[in-house]
Amino acid sequence: MIGVNHYLILSGLLFSIGFMGVLRRKNLLMLFFATEVMLNAVNIAFAAIGSYYGDLSGQMFAFFVIAVAASEVAVGLGLLILLYKKYGSLDLDVISSMKG
Amino acid sequence: MENLVYVALFAPFVGSLFAGLFFARSPKTHLVGVVNSTLIAVAFIAAVTLALHVAEHGPIHVTMMTWIGIGDLNIPFGFLVDEVSVTMMLVVTLVSTIVHIYSTGYMDHDKSYNRFFAYLSAFVFSMMILVMSDNFAGLFIGWEGVGVCSWLLIGFWYQKEDRPFEENPSISPSWAANEAFIMNRIADLGMLVGIFLIYWNTGSLQYDVVFDKLPHLADGLLVSIAIALFIGAMGKSAQFPLHTWLTDAMEGPTPVSALIHAATMVTAGVFLVIRANPLYSLEAVHGVSMFIASLGAFVAFYAASMALSARDIKRIVALSTLSQLGYMFAAAGLGAYWIALFHLAAHAFFKALLFLGAGNVMHAMDDELDIFKMGGLKKVMMGSYIYMFIASFALAGLPFMAGFYSKDAIIESAFNDGSYIIWFILVVTAGMTAFYSFRQVFFTFHGEERYKALGFHPHDMYKYVLVAMSPLAILAISFGWFMDSYHEFIIKNLPDYEMSHHTEHLAPYLGGLVIILAVTGIVIAYKKYAGTGENAWKRDEEFEKSFIYRLVANQYYVPQFYDQYIVQPYKIASAKFWEIDKAVVDGFVDFIGKGAYKTGDVSRRMQNGNLSSYLNWMGVGALILVLIAVISSVIG
Repeated sequence: MIGVNHYLILSGLLFSIGFMGVLRRKNLLMLFFATEVMLNAVNIAFAAIGSYYGDLSGQMFAFFVIAVAASEVAVGLGLLILLYKKYGSLDLDVISSMKG
Repeated sequence: MENLVYVALFAPFVGSLFAGLFFARSPKTHLVGVVNSTLIAVAFIAAVTLALHVAEHGPIHVTMMTWIGIGDLNIPFGFLVDEVSVTMMLVVTLVSTIVHIYSTGYMDHDKSYNRFFAYLSAFVFSMMILVMSDNFAGLFIGWEGVGVCSWLLIGFWYQKEDRPFEENPSISPSWAANEAFIMNRIADLGMLVGIFLIYWNTGSLQYDVVFDKLPHLADGLLVSIAIALFIGAMGKSAQFPLHTWLTDAMEGPTPVSALIHAATMVTAGVFLVIRANPLYSLEAVHGVSMFIASLGAFVAFYAASMALSARDIKRIVALSTLSQLGYMFAAAGLGAYWIALFHLAAHAFFKALLFLGAGNVMHAMDDELDIFKMGGLKKVMMGSYIYMFIASFALAGLPFMAGFYSKDAIIESAFNDGSYIIWFILVVTAGMTAFYSFRQVFFTFHGEERYKALGFHPHDMYKYVLVAMSPLAILAISFGWFMDSYHEFIIKNLPDYEMSHHTEHLAPYLGGLVIILAVTGIVIAYKKYAGTGENAWKRDEEFEKSFIYRLVANQYYVPQFYDQYIVQPYKIASAKFWEIDKAVVDGFVDFIGKGAYKTGDVSRRMQNGNLSSYLNWMGVGALILVLIAVISSVIG
């Protein structure tokens, strides 16, 4: 029987994978993918817990997250194209210009 | 009348501001000298009018405004013009008017002419506050004000180089200024303690309130207050052991020495004792009063003995000032307050005259001070010679001169009191006074013209300066003639001093004894120092090597003692404390500053512009927050 715990574990694993991606990846596009993974991990958790308590707000919140993530990706990808045009690369080590 | 009080008080202040604000940086302007002298003269005229008013209608008491009013503490800017303060006002304004006029001639060639007048007028203002205030707080303000002005004026030629201690006991003007100021600070602490004690125990600082309540205080308390106040007086009036600053203060310009370190400021201590006479005449503080009298007599003798061998023309006069201050304290300590005040006034006139005369000599001799290098100046400086002669006559206490009446009265009161030791010391000192003051006159104006070989070309002071000095000369001669009328005037405020019939009976003989001693002193001085040709004075090298001579000439080694056992150890201690301060206090402050700087320098590297590393830091921060949340939920 697949219970809420399984969903939460899956959500936690996905979140960790996304988190590691955010920390380790150097390519900006990959960073976006990683954040998407994290967002979706949270969506799973929302949906699972919402179903568990019989409360629709969880699912509703997941929809909001999906909508916000979509618009974020649209704006973010536009910025990425501009960055790529300017630097010819999306590698964070190349883009960074401050010398602390 | 109230307005006149303010005129007398603020005219010098206006003068000081005039010179200080508008002309401080401009080159020498005669206008400053003229305006300031005029303003002081205005103050003098106001003081004369006030004196006449006081004599007729009694004291004037004005309150200008509240100065401090917190809870029960209420200190107004109030001014009291009574018989005592009006005497001081007259003396201060008269002498300062003459000194101001004198300074226009004396400081003629000095490039800081304007600055000098700013300071000098500020001094007169402070002195007026000191004598006119109706409470101890105002007195203390004036007290400190004259201290600051004295510091500024002693160190007037601050650019002069330091010289070794062996060559000149006062190393340089700035050193002498600091010495005077620091010694006065030590004494002022005593005075402050006295003022605090008065406030705590009477709840007021107004003279009338305080003196009304004093008799109800405990004896021990009264003695402490009397001692504390007298310590303040000792500093300002340069009594032993705080006396060394006065002779060193002679580094200042001579008009300053005449006004501040002879006629007015140094008498502030005597004034304080006279002002606080209701305290000092209480039975409970009789011991303190006796101490004051004994110390006065001791200082009179001590200073006179040093003057016997001094070679510096200004130091001789300074030491005689010290000696005369001793006389005043002796009188005040014996309860003869009005006689002390009378001697104070008489002394101010002839001592200022003496100093200004000495200034003329210095001016003529290109600032040479050594009387051994002078002699025979009578021919070229007749005017100054006459003035110096009159002043020395008055100082020596010869009949019909100012000093005769006042000093004789002091000696008589010592006899009357039955303090025969004090009486004896004072009588002997009177003889010594005559000797050393005429030794100086004869050395300077009579005898061989030793200066010729040394290439000096002396010339007398400007005519107008000599004319301006004449009021002092007239008063030095005639002031004593007004003793009876002054007595009538002053006893309305000060307790009278009754001579017993026994003393009255003996008075002519006592006076005669003093005169004989004084004349003997003068004759010895004349024989020794005034001769020319065959009888000319020659240096006695043998005598100068003798122990007594060296002891006296080195001021009893007191300055050396202070230098050796107070100044030098203090310097060493200061150097050590500075190191401790550097390690502990500075170290701590530096540690905080450097710590912040280091932290910034290290954490700066986080800001490397790389988004990836920012994200890593963010991740670390988020993890730490989660950890904290977990731990706190587990704990509690």
